[in-house]
Amino acid sequence: MVFLSSDRLNAGLLARFARREFAPNRYDVIALVLVGAAAVLVVHGATQMNLPVATLRTTPVVLDPMRLPEYALRSTLRMFAAIIVSLIFTFSVATLAAKSRRAGLVIVPMLDILQSIPILTFLAFTTAFFIGLFPHSELGAECAAIFGIFTSQAWNMAFSFYQSLRTLPPDLEEVSTQFRLSSWQRFMNLELPFATPALVWNTMMSMSGSWFFVVAAEALTVGHQTVALPGIGSWLALAIDRGDVRAVIWAVVAMGVVILIYDQLLFRPIVAWADKFRFEMTASEDEPRSWFLELLQRTRLFPRIGRLFRALVAIVPRPSRLGNSRSVAANPALELWFDRLWLGVVFAVAIWATWTITIYVHRTLTLADAFSAFGYGLLTFARVLILIVIASLVWVPIGVWIGLRPAWSQRIQPVAQFLAAFPVNILFPFVVMGIVAFRLNPDIWLSPLIILGTQWYILFNVVAGASVLPNDLREAAGIFHLRTWQRWRDLIIPGIFPYYVTGALTASGGSWNASIVAEFVTWKHTQLQAAGLGSFIASAMAAGDFPRIALGSTVICVFVLLMNHSLWRPMYRYAAKNLRLN
Amino acid sequence: MTIALERSVETDAPLVEVRALKHVYGKGNGAGLTVLDDVNLTLRPNEIVGLLGRSGSGKSTLLRSIAGLITPTSGTISIKDMPGDDTAHGVSMVFQSFALFPWLTVQKNVELGLEAQGVPAEIRRKRTLAAIDLIGLDGFENAYPKELSGGMRQRVGLARALVVQPSILLMDEPFSALDVLTAETLRTDLLDLWSEGRMPIRSILIVTHNIEEAVLMCDRILVFSSNPGRVIAEIKVDLPQPRNRLEPAFRALVDDIYARMTARPTVPAARDGNFPGTGLGMALTHISTNTLAGMIEAIAAAPNDGVADLATLARELQMEADELLPIAETLQLMRFAEIEGRTIRLNPAARRYDAADVDERKQLFAQHLLAYVPLAAHIRRVLDDRASHQAPATRFRDELEDFMSEPYAEETMDAIVSWGRYAEIFAYHEDDDRFSLDDPA
Repeated sequence: MVFLSSDRLNAGLLARFARREFAPNRYDVIALVLVGAAAVLVVHGATQMNLPVATLRTTPVVLDPMRLPEYALRSTLRMFAAIIVSLIFTFSVATLAAKSRRAGLVIVPMLDILQSIPILTFLAFTTAFFIGLFPHSELGAECAAIFGIFTSQAWNMAFSFYQSLRTLPPDLEEVSTQFRLSSWQRFMNLELPFATPALVWNTMMSMSGSWFFVVAAEALTVGHQTVALPGIGSWLALAIDRGDVRAVIWAVVAMGVVILIYDQLLFRPIVAWADKFRFEMTASEDEPRSWFLELLQRTRLFPRIGRLFRALVAIVPRPSRLGNSRSVAANPALELWFDRLWLGVVFAVAIWATWTITIYVHRTLTLADAFSAFGYGLLTFARVLILIVIASLVWVPIGVWIGLRPAWSQRIQPVAQFLAAFPVNILFPFVVMGIVAFRLNPDIWLSPLIILGTQWYILFNVVAGASVLPNDLREAAGIFHLRTWQRWRDLIIPGIFPYYVTGALTASGGSWNASIVAEFVTWKHTQLQAAGLGSFIASAMAAGDFPRIALGSTVICVFVLLMNHSLWRPMYRYAAKNLRLN
Repeated sequence: MTIALERSVETDAPLVEVRALKHVYGKGNGAGLTVLDDVNLTLRPNEIVGLLGRSGSGKSTLLRSIAGLITPTSGTISIKDMPGDDTAHGVSMVFQSFALFPWLTVQKNVELGLEAQGVPAEIRRKRTLAAIDLIGLDGFENAYPKELSGGMRQRVGLARALVVQPSILLMDEPFSALDVLTAETLRTDLLDLWSEGRMPIRSILIVTHNIEEAVLMCDRILVFSSNPGRVIAEIKVDLPQPRNRLEPAFRALVDDIYARMTARPTVPAARDGNFPGTGLGMALTHISTNTLAGMIEAIAAAPNDGVADLATLARELQMEADELLPIAETLQLMRFAEIEGRTIRLNPAARRYDAADVDERKQLFAQHLLAYVPLAAHIRRVLDDRASHQAPATRFRDELEDFMSEPYAEETMDAIVSWGRYAEIFAYHEDDDRFSLDDPA
């Protein structure tokens, strides 16, 4: 809340704070109840985390709706713990990448890769690691789950922060240098505020995306070891195991309620508050609003807490003004040698890593296994591609229709975002029941599942693109009576293309990830498989076959990276070069 | 490059001394772009000095070197602190773009420099409010920059620069982003504060490309040549303040500066030092053919009848000197006009152009383009020679880069593409970056 209040600040603030009349108004009461409840819940959930591991066995997850709120709380806390870790990661690693050229040389491509590969495959490894780290406490399993969720959140947040740091407005940078702001002042006054809107947006996207992982990470079976942490994910796993349709529906409802609550009480207020950091010199047309933020601002207490916090930040001994001396002109030849040395080290580590993986995989697997994994990869690749095409054919016209009608798009946009946040693996049991009932071919009918959760990215990006189509172009198209096809070819498709590519890229990345759970689905004792890389990895995970998981993960990463670099990136570049609307 | 901070006792000693300053952008091995060459400058107490020049003359680079934002390639800058001044580096700057933090209120924006100095909060607040008061921003303390007009924003920029009590105020085209009326008000207010001695500053260094602004405000004007930037004239302005634009002495001075700024060789000088600005190495300025046509028409029309005074013309067209001069020079380059001193005179070809219809104009333009711009003739010849009548643009770009640095080569290519298209001597395809003959039917 460092930036919350714009009121004057002075040194005697603490004294004034204590002295002033403290009579709370009615808004204080409401806000206090809400915030207090949240605090109690956090403390309760956190104390549960450190229980001995035996508790997990003595009090297993039970399908009792009365326990569901607590499970939902535990899951949510895990996600927020992961978000906090992600933020710490973002501020440290992305800052390092932006400030140090050499660190950036390694960190930036790594972030780029990590944000595009299916992290789900690494869950097996990290879980084994953390359980080994804390063998006698539930904490190990908790850490593993939180780390798994973290890996699904951190990369795009760090990447967005890095990009913001690299595109700081040059005149503001000059002011900061000219006034000799310390590194800390520079961070608080320039870098952090400038990066905030993009970071908030990416944090929300990460939060949405990580529900998928909560479901996967809470109830993990790695080989012989099954860990089921109390939470919605474990509830769901148990419900699927028992074939309890009512319990699945309960989980769906609980998840919807949780998403709604943190959206209203946390993200809406943050988005409304972050609007002031948009780097624009004009006030926005329709500012995002939040009833909860307005409520907090109307209280007597909370703005004061904000001010107190700012006063504390101001009191904190600021790092001295050392970090702002003019850059020392270094010897270019020496620099070049350092660069070479650094690159050499990086390459050596990469080769060593490749070698280790190869040896590890090669111990039990042969080249034939690699070929078969690659073949499965092609199958999944075809699935992803076909489904992206089908989803595009369905959602692009609908998205354009909605986007061109502002009244509709305002209502649809939050719904589409909600749907994207919703972990569709929760719905898989119903599909399995359908396939079994109608005796359908799983190779074909399991396929739609991989796009089920990610198609919404196409929809809401297209809606966004269509809604910013310049009105003058639309009017021109109207005046000249362009025929439908001509209208699409010359106006709509070029106009929404950059947005569509963004949506399709996100959808395709998500689909690869989803293939791991979508190509291998169980319901009670029924197990359905569609041939593909996803089921290859999923069955290896079920069997605890680590070399096979490693092989599958590597192949899937190769596929995703190839697809990004040979398909999406070129389309992106083309759109950026030729289809800019300004 | 050394920066020396000295304390001097005598009050008339120079505040800033710049000696033999040279700055090269880009590669260090001589292939870079020299923006400043052998620049000397002395700033004394109680004077306003203007740096006047066209874009690319390095005047902003000089200002930023003094502000410590750029480390020049060679030369020395010594800044002398005033006795009793508690600031470490008595320099502050006002930016053309205002450079306000949109997420900070007016008050927080102004406080920024004090916070950086570690001034205690209570004193900080007092000084900030005093600066806001001085600059006429009372009542706007809690406003955000986006709620303010351009003029008010620049007042915040000024207050922010003054609150740290610098001895030298650097201003980088502070009024050029404002409309004429607002700019005039701000100028007057600043001059009033200056003459009444209400600002803590001892001296102002202002960068501008507006000749009238320089004459209106400055005690001394340094005129810069461009490419590379050198001081070509130093003009003392002895007119009493407040100055009147309509006074004959004022007008005479403005006209004189115009003449000095146009006093250049008949062909634009080489832009990178060693190469003559002829043949393929001729650097072109990208000026729209509409602008060229408009200029010819304006000079041809009554009361000019083909001969015009550049300063008068600029006033008529409401253009700054650095906007007008490149147009005039391009007309001269294509032998549509001759520039002598401050006078521009149309050639008979230009008179014919003025009277012609669209197609004749294009033909006339094509003739002159092929005859006097070697690059145009070169491209056309290559296209004619090839059986396919096509050539990749990179080929010509590479040839240009033998003569000039990349930004100039880029601008020259832009100019030749747009002129060639207008003259219909060749076509250019942006998609695959190539020239061809096919489009002109």
